[in-house]
Amino acid sequence: MARINSPAELEAFRKEILSRRDPTKPCITLCSGTACHATGSKEVAIAIEEELKKQALADKVDFRKTGCHGFCEKGPIVVIDPEETCYLQVTPDDVPELITAALKEHTVVERLIYTDPNTGEKTAHEPEIPFYKHQKRMVFGANRRIAPQSLEDYLANDGAKALVKALVEMTPEEIIAEVKDAGLRGRGGAGFPAGVKWEFARKSKGEPKYVVVNCDEGDPGAYMDRSLMEGNPYGVLEGLIIGAYAIGAHEGYFYVRQEYPLALENLSVAIERAEARGLLGKNILGSGFDFTVKVHRGAGAFVCGEETALLRSLEGKAGEPRPRPPYPAVKGLWDKPTNINNVETWANVPLIINKGAEAFASIGTEGSKGTKIFSLVGKINNTGLVEVPMGITLREVIFDIGGGIPKGKKFKAVQTGGPSGGCIPEKLLDLKVGFDELTKAGSMMGSGGMIIMDEETCMVDVARYFVDFLTDESCGKCVPCREGLRQMHKILTRITEGKGKKEDIATLESLAETAVEASLCALGSTAANPFLSTFRYFKEEYTAHIDDKRCPALSCKELISYYINPANCTGCGLCLKNCPDGAIDGGKKKIHIIDQDKCTNCGTCFDVCPPKFNSVIKISGEAVPPPIAEEQRVIVRKKKGK
Amino acid sequence: MDTARIDQIIDKHDGEASALIQVLLEIQSENHWLPKAVLARVSEKLRVPLSQIQHIATFYKAFSLVPKGRHQVHICMGTACHVRGATRVLEKVQDLTGIKPGETDLELKFSLETVNCLGCCALGPVMEIDGKTHGKITPAETPDVIESYE
Repeated sequence: MARINSPAELEAFRKEILSRRDPTKPCITLCSGTACHATGSKEVAIAIEEELKKQALADKVDFRKTGCHGFCEKGPIVVIDPEETCYLQVTPDDVPELITAALKEHTVVERLIYTDPNTGEKTAHEPEIPFYKHQKRMVFGANRRIAPQSLEDYLANDGAKALVKALVEMTPEEIIAEVKDAGLRGRGGAGFPAGVKWEFARKSKGEPKYVVVNCDEGDPGAYMDRSLMEGNPYGVLEGLIIGAYAIGAHEGYFYVRQEYPLALENLSVAIERAEARGLLGKNILGSGFDFTVKVHRGAGAFVCGEETALLRSLEGKAGEPRPRPPYPAVKGLWDKPTNINNVETWANVPLIINKGAEAFASIGTEGSKGTKIFSLVGKINNTGLVEVPMGITLREVIFDIGGGIPKGKKFKAVQTGGPSGGCIPEKLLDLKVGFDELTKAGSMMGSGGMIIMDEETCMVDVARYFVDFLTDESCGKCVPCREGLRQMHKILTRITEGKGKKEDIATLESLAETAVEASLCALGSTAANPFLSTFRYFKEEYTAHIDDKRCPALSCKELISYYINPANCTGCGLCLKNCPDGAIDGGKKKIHIIDQDKCTNCGTCFDVCPPKFNSVIKISGEAVPPPIAEEQRVIVRKKKGK
Repeated sequence: MDTARIDQIIDKHDGEASALIQVLLEIQSENHWLPKAVLARVSEKLRVPLSQIQHIATFYKAFSLVPKGRHQVHICMGTACHVRGATRVLEKVQDLTGIKPGETDLELKFSLETVNCLGCCALGPVMEIDGKTHGKITPAETPDVIESYE
């Protein structure tokens, strides 16, 4: 592989790549990220390769395995270019028909394209599918067009143009000014202006300086950084090199979460190839700027997403945070000036350099510019990653893009900002999405997880869940976090078990206040948010648990009972057969009864009772009706011919 | 794990003390746990006190100081899986295997772990066994899956 020594050589190489490519040649694109693999995209890939061989199409068609397309609910996804025909939930068995139709007969396989669940309307053209139509995919869009490890694909899609512009036409100060003017704020959680942070690091005394990519994405339900790292590693790398040049750093680190092996693999290959081509290393593109990067694997500690903890972990130590100031920009890795940003922030940098600060800042709200990638998960129809302009309302994200709540259930809340974020209720659905807007509502942007909750989600249990998570992940260094969270967890657990006391709320509030005021790092100081925000908006659920020993969402195991409604039971016997505790009494043509003394509330009967009968129900806060008399249990009417 | 292999891994990282976590990760992935003798060798070779290595090995979740079972069962307890009923799947697996998260059964058949998020939220609740994903799993389906492993 020849080294590229100048911007002119790079452009020549780009031209040469493009000259070999025919934009009208059909290309099959298959999503192949971690989540795609879980839905079977590896098997689909094998089937496509075999079928192309079988139909003698291998040299007439390109086949590209790309990163995540975002529409995870409907994966694996196959898109046929240049028509952009989108096929969803493709299985290996569908492949022969799909290839014949798309590439030989030039027709569309109707059963595999998007069908609107409400209207039944079918859409084959990818950009017109509602899930994609309302998005603005400036950062995430490249994922769909490139094979993650291919530098040629990256260059063919305008890759490295920002790098050339930065190195040749701009001074470091100009780059920093551009990023500042663009109003880019950190996508990892705190939302600190990236340009300001860069300036601090640049002006700090001390050599060498370091730049770090934080890919220790630990918030449950958030996986946009993984998908960017897996699907477009060159994009993140390009942002990092530009940042390093602006700050004056010659060494960089990627800190990749241990649970992300595919991200690690694609990134490592990208680094290797960028080095071989001279986009990394000594005298990059003849500019005189030297820069090398190393990859560090995390070892499984949520707190390492916090910057000071991450830096300690990079040094080979336990990832315990330390108080700031001094900030990493002054005293970071090995006590040297260090700039650390998360994956999505770095990935925005080439965009700003290419399009200019003004174009970037034209999107968004007063305080939040550009787009943000959210992962829309939980009780939502279209689970997946969505990139939307800042300032879009929660309602548009959840209903227009996300397709609303499954099974016709009622929306209750959206949880944003990860474990330290908060829950936003239905009445605030028209809230504009932005850093300051979400903070004002008692939640936060965080890394961009949006967990949708419906009427069956208990908000006290959600608070307990997050406090449990944070108790487990607390590094243990400071008392308000280590001990305070443990006490909060105990109290919240007690409440969900129906053992809550009147004074519990006051104790929770006091513990929360202490954690906010006195914790060492952001993990502790925001740890009370799950309780504070659920209490702020769903106080009545707390009082129902404490005063009435009732769980309004019918979710807390200790507060509910299962009961078979005699009017609906058909004696099908499914609950009896599946009950693991022998708590159900029944028989042929007999109304079934649950023995409340034997029942362990596992919920199996509720799961297996066919929805058309809907005879097993949950009861909370009131007594279970006594079992009906033996003589009334005989079911007289029964279906014929069974 | 023999000493020569440990030394090889350490040498790959130029024997630098700051590479301690990376060295332990490689040993963990090859050997599936970190026996005391291995840690002693790492301590000697990297010149890091054994107490500090113990600190690292217990601080980070990726490391195990006890042997692991033949099958690694990971139950995702991410928020998306939680609101979709992951707790009940976990309870079922605990019943079936007789072990709690972080434990391995006496026959060394299963090791059970909970994980914060596997990032396959469309498939929640998710159980992963030996890298294979079992998505949208219900407590009622769990016994068949667990019993299919020898």
